[in-house]
Amino acid sequence: MSLRLYVEGVGLWSPALGDFAALQAQLNGAAVTAPNGRPPAASMPANERRRAPESVLLAVEVAGQAVAMSGRAASELPCVFGSSFGDQLISDYMCAILASAPAELSPTRFHNSVHNAPAGYWTIATGCHAASSAISAGVATVGAGLLEAATLGLTEQRPVLLVCSDIAGTGPVGEMSGTRSSYGFALVLSPTPTARTLARLELALQPHAHDDLRPAPAIGAWYESNPIAASAWPLMQNLAKGEGVCTLAAAETLALRVVLENAA
Amino acid sequence: MSAPIQPLAVSAYTVTSALGQGLESHFAALSSSHGGLRENDFSSAPLACWIGRVEGIEEAALPAAHAAWESRNNRLAWLGLQQDGFLERALDARQRYGATRVALVLGTSTASIGATEEGYRQLEDGRMPPALSRPAIHAPHSLAGFVAEALGLEGPCLTVSTACSSSAKVFATAERLIRLGLADAAVVGGVDTLCDSVLFGFNALELVSPEPCRPFDQARHGISIGEAAGFALLERVANAPQAPRLLGYGESSDAHHMSTPHPEGLGAELALRDALARGGLRAEQVDYINLHGTASLKNDEVEAALIARAFPATTRASSTKGFTGHTLGAAGILEAAIALLSIRHDFVPGNLGCSHPDQACGPQLAMRGEQRTVKVALSNSFGFGGNNACLAFGRAPA
Repeated sequence: MSLRLYVEGVGLWSPALGDFAALQAQLNGAAVTAPNGRPPAASMPANERRRAPESVLLAVEVAGQAVAMSGRAASELPCVFGSSFGDQLISDYMCAILASAPAELSPTRFHNSVHNAPAGYWTIATGCHAASSAISAGVATVGAGLLEAATLGLTEQRPVLLVCSDIAGTGPVGEMSGTRSSYGFALVLSPTPTARTLARLELALQPHAHDDLRPAPAIGAWYESNPIAASAWPLMQNLAKGEGVCTLAAAETLALRVVLENAA
Repeated sequence: MSAPIQPLAVSAYTVTSALGQGLESHFAALSSSHGGLRENDFSSAPLACWIGRVEGIEEAALPAAHAAWESRNNRLAWLGLQQDGFLERALDARQRYGATRVALVLGTSTASIGATEEGYRQLEDGRMPPALSRPAIHAPHSLAGFVAEALGLEGPCLTVSTACSSSAKVFATAERLIRLGLADAAVVGGVDTLCDSVLFGFNALELVSPEPCRPFDQARHGISIGEAAGFALLERVANAPQAPRLLGYGESSDAHHMSTPHPEGLGAELALRDALARGGLRAEQVDYINLHGTASLKNDEVEAALIARAFPATTRASSTKGFTGHTLGAAGILEAAIALLSIRHDFVPGNLGCSHPDQACGPQLAMRGEQRTVKVALSNSFGFGGNNACLAFGRAPA
């Protein structure tokens, strides 16, 4: 059986591309200006933004972009935040201080270390009382997150927000994760078509998809340095083109086939 | 208002915590008011507090085939899977439905971060030592990755990590997957283990009690941290008509603060109402509520007021964290199992550690264990980031 959803908004941020329009321009051969510094995360109040860790800024930035494009009220959207590794900068800080001076651990960094920190800051900033979740599925985080968001939207019959993001790692944990750049994207997905529909998605599970999930040989492309970018790259290209088929890992041997069509 | 769901059968479940391994040891401890907290003998540096430590993890090595997943958290998972015949029940479900038709949804907040901490204590030239250079254990998905391999499951597989509501929300994800026909059954659960991150982290927030935690007591001084592993097997009612049932669930966000609850319990009440609506339940039908009841000043005050205003005195309520400590990402499944035990034994566990209830408490608080009919039981789980979940369980109709 397949799941049908409608894309109403797309958010995107990486050190090279500041939003979805930049990706579309780049794929059309236009010159693109890289964003400056940290993700702006304008949905958050300035004082929160100064205190928020980088993982939160990235997730909130792409979430804000996607919701703005959809024209929906952020406060009404149940949300799923996916990340393969969470905030690796905080993990590195915490493990280092715990090894040397555990009593000096920062309380703020500790409460920001929870995997649902981006979901927490987002729901606080937008006044969202709907269900919010924070998930992970290793290299299958994008596919598993898309499946979780799709099932939530279809069973609740409500539009939902999906955010997938990982920041660059550092220190020994960064070496373990192999994540050397930051990348995040977000989608607003509706169970029904509307005037805001950008594309239609048909999702279908493909069990025992070993061959389809075998990673392509590394070619040194930028997106290989981030687990979210590496998984989402074909989906983002299809979104920019307005059509295409791709296969995402949803679990170790389970694939999610994503057929994207222009909804017009 | 959410629409009622079709209940799901909880055809097997198990739990391991400081109270012991498996359901029998839990019921024995709860019914005799024997708590499992002890003085902290775990952290890598001294910290004066009490903990709910599981005996025997250190000896419970993983089978050689799964050695790449070695960590305290995965050892506790493996120990937990072997109690109450759960491993056999899960493998039987895999046999009956097929490996690709059984979903795996696990909650954790710590995952194997304890192994990452250990690596940082033993760095070699600034790098992970070879014995711990196993990337898969240094990621939030370590637990579900290991359990998927150990059970040979190939359906949808997800880690939910929403702090202390993690392993309650797994029931909601599983219900959605089964309702849409993406799975025929689901293994849900969660595992969290003691580690320096949570002990020193909650200590830094001044939320750790120097004495065994005293949920809802006027003189409570914060939480005692524990560890636990629990699992449940969910399938359609027609395939296990005698089994107790997941009647409903509720999920919400406080939208208030990262580490303190909404002062009026707004999100907690939304989750509660959502669970009742999905279960087609009225408040007066609820016999027992296993409260979040961490013994933090704020949580207990807010939760006590919510129970006092939302339920009649015939609904009994207690926190069991005085027995087990707060097992964080495993609290949802541990307390779901206690709610199911209360239905199985018609027994309301007492609120261990409380002698003088907070003035916000209503008459619902069960100070001591009570033998009484329990047909419907709820379990509350609230986490950092204002992440709330409430589960509703019921017995199979006679």
